[in-house]
Amino acid sequence: MSALAHVPPPGTGAGPRPAPAARARGRWVPYLLLAPGLVWLALFFILPTITLFSTSLQTGSLAAGYEQTFEFSNYTSAWSEYWPQLVRSFGYAGIATVAALAIAYPLAYTIAFKAGKYRNVMLVLVIAPFYTSFLLRTLAWKTILADNGIIVETMERLGILQVLSYVGLTADDRVLATPLAVITGLTYNFLPFMTLPLYASLERLDPRLVEAAGDLYASPITAFRKVTFPLSLPGVVAGTLLTFIPAAGDYINAQLLGSLPATAMIGNVIDALFLRVLDYPRAAALSVTLMVVIVVMVATYVRRAGTEELV
Amino acid sequence: MATPTVDTVTTAPAPRIPRRGPVRWLRDNIVAIAGILAVVYLLLPNVVVTVLSFNDPVGRFNFSWNEFSLDAWANPCAVAGMCASLGLSLQIGLLSTVAALVLGTLVAFALSRHRFRGRGSTNLLVFFPMATPEVVMGSSLLALFVNFRFPLGFGTILIAHIMFLVSYVVVTVKARLAGLDPRLEQAAMDLYANERTTFWRITFPLVLPGIAAAGLLAFALSFDDFIITNFNAGSEVTFPMFVWGAAQRGVPPQVNVIGALMFLLALLVVFGSEVARRRRARG
Amino acid sequence: MADEASGDLRLVRLTKRFGDMAAVDDLSLTIPQGSFFALLGPSGCGKTTTLRMVAGLEQPTEGAIFLGESDITTAKPYRRPVNTVFQSYALFPHLDIFENVAFGLRRRGIKGVDEQVAAMLELVELTGYEKRKPNQLSGGQQQRVAVARALINHPSLLLLDEPLGALDLKLRRQMQLELKRIQTEVGITFVHVTHDQEEAMTMADTVAVMNEGRIEQMGSPVELYENPMTTFVANFLGQSNLVDATVVERGSEHVVADANGHRLAVPLERMHAAGNEMHVGVRPEKVTLTYAADEQTVPAGHNRLPAVIEDASFLGVSTEYTVRLPWGASFGVFAQNLHRDPRLVPAADVLVHWAPEHTFALDASEPLDAGVVPDAQLGTALR
Repeated sequence: MSALAHVPPPGTGAGPRPAPAARARGRWVPYLLLAPGLVWLALFFILPTITLFSTSLQTGSLAAGYEQTFEFSNYTSAWSEYWPQLVRSFGYAGIATVAALAIAYPLAYTIAFKAGKYRNVMLVLVIAPFYTSFLLRTLAWKTILADNGIIVETMERLGILQVLSYVGLTADDRVLATPLAVITGLTYNFLPFMTLPLYASLERLDPRLVEAAGDLYASPITAFRKVTFPLSLPGVVAGTLLTFIPAAGDYINAQLLGSLPATAMIGNVIDALFLRVLDYPRAAALSVTLMVVIVVMVATYVRRAGTEELV
Repeated sequence: MATPTVDTVTTAPAPRIPRRGPVRWLRDNIVAIAGILAVVYLLLPNVVVTVLSFNDPVGRFNFSWNEFSLDAWANPCAVAGMCASLGLSLQIGLLSTVAALVLGTLVAFALSRHRFRGRGSTNLLVFFPMATPEVVMGSSLLALFVNFRFPLGFGTILIAHIMFLVSYVVVTVKARLAGLDPRLEQAAMDLYANERTTFWRITFPLVLPGIAAAGLLAFALSFDDFIITNFNAGSEVTFPMFVWGAAQRGVPPQVNVIGALMFLLALLVVFGSEVARRRRARG
Repeated sequence: MADEASGDLRLVRLTKRFGDMAAVDDLSLTIPQGSFFALLGPSGCGKTTTLRMVAGLEQPTEGAIFLGESDITTAKPYRRPVNTVFQSYALFPHLDIFENVAFGLRRRGIKGVDEQVAAMLELVELTGYEKRKPNQLSGGQQQRVAVARALINHPSLLLLDEPLGALDLKLRRQMQLELKRIQTEVGITFVHVTHDQEEAMTMADTVAVMNEGRIEQMGSPVELYENPMTTFVANFLGQSNLVDATVVERGSEHVVADANGHRLAVPLERMHAAGNEMHVGVRPEKVTLTYAADEQTVPAGHNRLPAVIEDASFLGVSTEYTVRLPWGASFGVFAQNLHRDPRLVPAADVLVHWAPEHTFALDASEPLDAGVVPDAQLGTALR
């Protein structure tokens, strides 16, 4: 008896058949699904960006009209006049990002590992403020950091205010209308953007890895340094991108909690140039500059990590 | 070789395990404490906003406590223009959410379920609006509208909102789709459901929570948006724009009432959906 | 009409390629109506792909599938009278048990749903669970719902894709007997895919052993076990002792082979080697271990080999011995614990012997350890 099963009886015409051609209709489905959304984004995101770039190279005024003159000097003139604000924006955003990371990491860690049945409650408490008027909440900081309020008084009494003032972050007698207030506002407003990607990353971590590290003679701090933190790095990077970038372009905190022009950020400049001074070309030049910095940052990330984790 | 034995009788009491001191407890739980402090930090301004809604402020600015009053809660629409701006924000919020849900869900399905050329570019295009500062997006849209002589107002606000909401919808729905077992749809087809029936009876009900979450997120983002709206609103005033103006002119406690209500509503909605989820899981 | 097809399942030269790799390679097979058929093989051998092609969830690259007279090769899964019990059960999480089981009936617009669901739940002993959701049921209960959901449609063919994999041992044994009972009661053709050879042998009337997209051997469990035709089958199904040997004599009823100087007789009907080089094998439970000094007690005509005991493991029911043959290869012996000979301890000189009719000979084209399940400890002959 042969090892193979029955051979098809002759005459049934059962020879090998070619597979049916993939339905031509099926191949267009993804493009049809994508079309409406991508067209909208193309029209109202890509096109404006192109228009912005084109505007940045124009000369003229709202009254006389603008014409395209490839005026690259718009950029140089804008940079030379506003480079302090650019530097300040990246500086504030950088400090705020670091501060946000320092606060968000224990928060995300607690929610992921220590919260147990309160995990969802804590997530709600992190997300809920996000759903309420951020302008009002930023204004609330004016109350919290009020000149005669508890917090500032305590800082003054403990001498913290003097130290910070020495570094240039605050004034001797107040926190409001100083860089510290702006940075505090930035940190606060973008904290959820740092927390949530971090949480997502930590949640995927297998706690047994930390246990294994302990079993292999690592102290809790070492285990964190060598196991937990490296594995949470994708979340850290994502959170950093989603915090630093919007923070660098923010102008609300600077206006509400800071004092213009002392703490003006590049966002304030762009806002003023667009809406009050009506100097569209140079405003556009600054916007494009900001945009390019961001594209470079994202490109660096994408080169290391690819695009699949982005959305 | 000694054989292992079981000691059956002991007269001495079992040794006690020493209790840890308070310092030790602090060290063990320092991360959790930091985490809870962070939550307090996040919620503090909300508490301040709510408390100040019960304030009767001295002067125009409602930044420090004066005395308790229910006036603002009794007459929430007493301030000129506030309730109108609220109405506009609600309208824009609803319309832009619905539109963004449709556009975004379609894109999410394409990205999740299909292999196609240009995946990487699509991912990038969807990602960038989330990462671009609002100043840049708002101002570039303004430049576009001005260049094409498009009148600023309700329409331009709507267009702008739909644009930046789509990305968030895509991310949320895609996450939900990723968790969906493709074998469920195969099982449905195995059980005589054709493609359309399978979609409406199996796929869609299972994605719905993700779409709902995306809708909530989109509505919140739209309702609270200031920068992009400010650039493209023309003469219209949304609620955040009203608050901004008030910050210069003087913030009446009625604004805080709205803020407190928003917070309460947010808590209710999120807690409510959590309770509903638990109840569904328990059956 | 694909919908109403019934009869024998015939796979004709079925091939499925992914790129250059053929997951299923020119498979031809007939499964008689009403039988319990098992497709057995290691992971990646193509058995699940074959099953999915029969269900309509994969399209073959070449070949055809017939159910009775109907060609269902290209029919959509919802047009085939075939239902599947998935490995992970694939119960619809948002529907309760009643709706899960009734799903197929509702799609086909069949009336009298309530009674049929009640009857089916009774068959799988889950009456009273109608309103629960799948996530409230244990693994074993979910598995039974999956079976009910498929059977209620009275398909011509029921496909089972390793449905018992996630269950613990005791539950698995129970479910194996349950499924066998249901199949006998209902009379539907069952095609069961598994990598567990004990499961296949317990449940199926006919077993086909698959390897790398092709069928190595097909037959009843007894045939496959007692008379394997390839090294893969000999090692995959149970355990085998195999030694390299060369044919020295071909008789009318036996073939005599030489294994490193020792002569072994193989009955002609168990001789499956094409050339003179072959693997001679015997199942470990057929082998008797005798203390070397008692050589005279060994029956005449038995194949015998000298060895030294390496290991003796007491398993309660039996003792498993590993012995080392003179040229270094291992041999395994399963001895029923009827009389324990205290001299049979490690380092003892012994003779392993067995009746010639239990010997089989396989082609040497496959390596000696082809098909060895990684966990196997005994009976692996090493070069």
